[in-house]
Amino acid sequence: MIEFPPGLLLIIGAILVPLLPRVVRNAYMLALPVLGFWGLLVLPEGIHFAFDIFGYTLSPVRVDGLSLLFGYIFHIAAAISIIFAFHMKDPVQQMAGLIYPGAAIGGAFASDLITLFVYWEGTAIASVFLIWSSKTESAYKTGMRYLIIQIGSGVLLLAGAILQFKTAGSLEFAKMDLTGPGPVMIFLAFGIKAAFPLMHNWLQDSYPEATVTGTVFLSAFTTKLAIYALARGFPGTDILIWIGAAMAIFPIFYAIAENNLRRVLAYSLNSQLGFMVVGVGIGTELALNGTAAHAFSSVLYKGLLFMSMGAVLYRTGTINGSDLGGLYKSMPFTSAFCVIGAASISAFPLFIGFVSKSLIITAAADAEHWVVWLILLLASVGAMHHSGFKIPYVAFFKYDSGMKCEEAPVNMLIAMGLTAFLCIAISVYPTSLYAILPFQIDYVPYTATHVITQIQLILFAALAFIYLLKTGLYPSQLNSINLDFDWTYRRMLPGLIKKLGAVFVPADRLVRTAFLNRVEGFIAGVFRHHGPEGLLARTWPTGSTVLWVAVLLALYMVFYFI
Amino acid sequence: MTEHLAALQVVIPLICAPLCMLVRYRDWSWIVALFGSWSCLVISWLLLQQVMTGGIISYHMGDWAPPLGIEYRVDTVNAFVLLIVSAIGAVVTPYARESVRAEFGVNRVYLFYTSYMLCFCGLLGVTITGDAFNLFVFLEISSLSSYVLIAMGKDRRALTAAYQYLVLGTIGATFIVIGIGLLFAETGTLNMADLAERLADKPLSRTIGAAFGFLVVGISLKLALFPLHLWLPNAYTYAPSVVSAFLAATATKVAVYVLLRFLFTIFDVKLSFGVMPLDSILLVLAVIAMFAASAVAIFQPNLKRMLAYSSVAQIGYMILGISFANVNGVAAGILHLFNHALMKGGMFLALGCFFYRIASVNLDDMAGIGRRMPWTMAAFVVGGLGLIGVPLTVGFISKWYLVLGAFERGWWFAAALVLLCSLLAVVYIWRVVEVAYLKPAPENAPDIEDAPPSMLIPTWILIGASIYYGINTDLTVGAAKLAAQQLLGAG
Repeated sequence: MIEFPPGLLLIIGAILVPLLPRVVRNAYMLALPVLGFWGLLVLPEGIHFAFDIFGYTLSPVRVDGLSLLFGYIFHIAAAISIIFAFHMKDPVQQMAGLIYPGAAIGGAFASDLITLFVYWEGTAIASVFLIWSSKTESAYKTGMRYLIIQIGSGVLLLAGAILQFKTAGSLEFAKMDLTGPGPVMIFLAFGIKAAFPLMHNWLQDSYPEATVTGTVFLSAFTTKLAIYALARGFPGTDILIWIGAAMAIFPIFYAIAENNLRRVLAYSLNSQLGFMVVGVGIGTELALNGTAAHAFSSVLYKGLLFMSMGAVLYRTGTINGSDLGGLYKSMPFTSAFCVIGAASISAFPLFIGFVSKSLIITAAADAEHWVVWLILLLASVGAMHHSGFKIPYVAFFKYDSGMKCEEAPVNMLIAMGLTAFLCIAISVYPTSLYAILPFQIDYVPYTATHVITQIQLILFAALAFIYLLKTGLYPSQLNSINLDFDWTYRRMLPGLIKKLGAVFVPADRLVRTAFLNRVEGFIAGVFRHHGPEGLLARTWPTGSTVLWVAVLLALYMVFYFI
Repeated sequence: MTEHLAALQVVIPLICAPLCMLVRYRDWSWIVALFGSWSCLVISWLLLQQVMTGGIISYHMGDWAPPLGIEYRVDTVNAFVLLIVSAIGAVVTPYARESVRAEFGVNRVYLFYTSYMLCFCGLLGVTITGDAFNLFVFLEISSLSSYVLIAMGKDRRALTAAYQYLVLGTIGATFIVIGIGLLFAETGTLNMADLAERLADKPLSRTIGAAFGFLVVGISLKLALFPLHLWLPNAYTYAPSVVSAFLAATATKVAVYVLLRFLFTIFDVKLSFGVMPLDSILLVLAVIAMFAASAVAIFQPNLKRMLAYSSVAQIGYMILGISFANVNGVAAGILHLFNHALMKGGMFLALGCFFYRIASVNLDDMAGIGRRMPWTMAAFVVGGLGLIGVPLTVGFISKWYLVLGAFERGWWFAAALVLLCSLLAVVYIWRVVEVAYLKPAPENAPDIEDAPPSMLIPTWILIGASIYYGINTDLTVGAAKLAAQQLLGAG
């Protein structure tokens, strides 16, 4: 086979999808990422396919350790998500489900900022169809907001790229320093897609609104592409450490209070991204390895969790925690896979989170960022809590809600099974993951201290969860926030955090509503002036133009004489 | 033969016009117009080749030597504009056959083709001539015939729109002729090259300043620069479909060319941008045009009107480029002349296809049209992507050079504004996409087919070109840069 730019295969292949008969369509769609993956294996390292377009040299493909790792996981995620979506008949979603991963893969190999921009917008445009395909009014509005934010990020990236070209004289996408307007704009563009705090709302807004299968796609690509871009462009940028720390901790409060289980997962995803951002910020080889490894594993376990929740939504028609419960009888396999996903995100030994998350935490400790280290530890406990215990408990093991349904369709079970297998297999043979990391690594995850510490953390988190549940303190559907989960080992913190939360949440809401009101007011104002009957759109009498003519002529004369 | 190309460029459509009048049998006059427009395309192509290889062509009408005789002078700038005008004409004429027959009735079509050829001739004449007064004459030919063309619209409001345009257009033309008259009084010549030479030697006088003011305001009116754009939306909305497409793609473009010619060739750059603070005035007006008109476009229920306002905004982009007064900026302005002609021409043609089938271009009547007329709607959307400036369309190329020009000038904010304004285009194009594709067609909608091939193919030629020149920019960027260098090199 001739070499082919990674990602393009999926994008071009998508064109054929609506033309193929349904019998072969699924097989064809699955074949594309498999072929693409194989193409990666034979692609030598270096820069390929460089070409000139209106005077600038673009080099769309750069193959090195970092891009390969993301290329692998994106292909795997695409294949799994496609299997998960086998039962679907909607060609729009099927095409989006190929173009979107294709664009993300292309972005991960882009070696210049313009190519990156093209793929960056590609992910935005393709993915929004996964949200719109829900075909509800709210999904439509959400999708619109999502699209505007994502396109906005792309526009920032393009502006930054042009500035960078003007100052640095090169379009190459390489490590940048955060000085000058160009890199800052690029940084912000990446930040929006990576869901930095205060830029994160699109994520929790859109993921729960997408279709059952769409969310699985969404969870894998957009944010991970942003993490890749940060790791490539801004490794070792100190401010990222603190952004990442904030990002790891704050979504936890929301995740615990949230009732929509897919939104819980969206918050938890945001928190996991925080870990990776910290890793990029620390910027040592160990930390970058950790970021890469954690991105890899989080695509798998987050995908698994989103898939299990998707299966629940598909069968029961609801995803609100308050309506669910006791589903383990109806959906035994799905619950088992969900538990595996939960164990993985909790970093339980022998599950994939265990071998990746600790890399970043260790890197934080090695760099002596003790505050950050503490925050990350706290955030991992939070992750155990809201995703590790809450999700499986509320959906499957809570008191029986009386809901009876079938087990998930076979294709969903296969997709989940494959992912679950990878989650365990990679953790049992961590060298398989470590071998493809961008830097050499000699890290042994299974040491006695590590295993014991981790189990201790998990046990305490479990204890807290059960205690809160039994004493009725656990916030199930309340909008207020209860942060007592960690009282067992941080007696000092609860009060403080509770207060913080009490201040933060209303303040955050206040800022947001104020902002929204502003926007609405602004639009009303624009409409007053620009609407069909507005000041600027009316058909004015001819005389008014003549007046303007006179004014302009006078203006020129005045300027001439002064 | 080849040495007379410059004259033939104008003479052929001028002769075709009365011929159209004479050939009244059915729509045979269309064949005359087709011949006229296609041969003009060939001529302008040959002229551009000659100019790009052999330098400036100077043709003396009736062998009278300039500056007394009328000179036709072709350099890269106007060769490029000639190509734009005649290419649009060559694409629009085949399209016109079905559309005009449907909108006029087969017995009156000769009237349309006669005025159409006159307008075409006038626009080419304005572009090619090297004589300032001759320019005014051709400007009047094109304007008078376009008033007639607009008044031919089926909607009765077309009459008032044409009348308003008539009054305002005449004011504009009067200003231009006053400006030219003042220049003549000061220098005693009407030949542009000669004017430029003599003005360079003269000290600045009030007469020259006044001439400058009159000319810039008069031309601004013709090219619909905000706030002198009021004639444009109505004229484009109520004119027949073909006329909207043709005028939107050519008339304002030619006026922009005239502005370039006066600012850079006849007056010195030092006068235009040194003594007069034209750069800041144009900058302010261009930016307001971009935003105000785009915002108005967002709320328009009538799509022709929406595109008309969008044209006002796009003219803002061109003027913005000119206001930078550097090579990249002016090149971006010229480039956008070409690119916008392709996109807007194609989109207006697509609207003509809708009008042909559903007799309306109101957004409310277009629910679900994307499934009923897929090819036409697809053309509209691709054109819209160009307006937004999506990469791989011509719109992106224009904006890229515009932004480069802004940086070169050190006006970072202008670059930011250009990108911001693209977002407004997203909104107004998206509105149409939403209605056309996402809303179901009404229950009682009649079964319609897509537009006939004779209309679809010209539409897609323009739209296809807007993609082609978005990828292969050798011709357009090359010619625009050369033209900008020639214009700026003079000063």
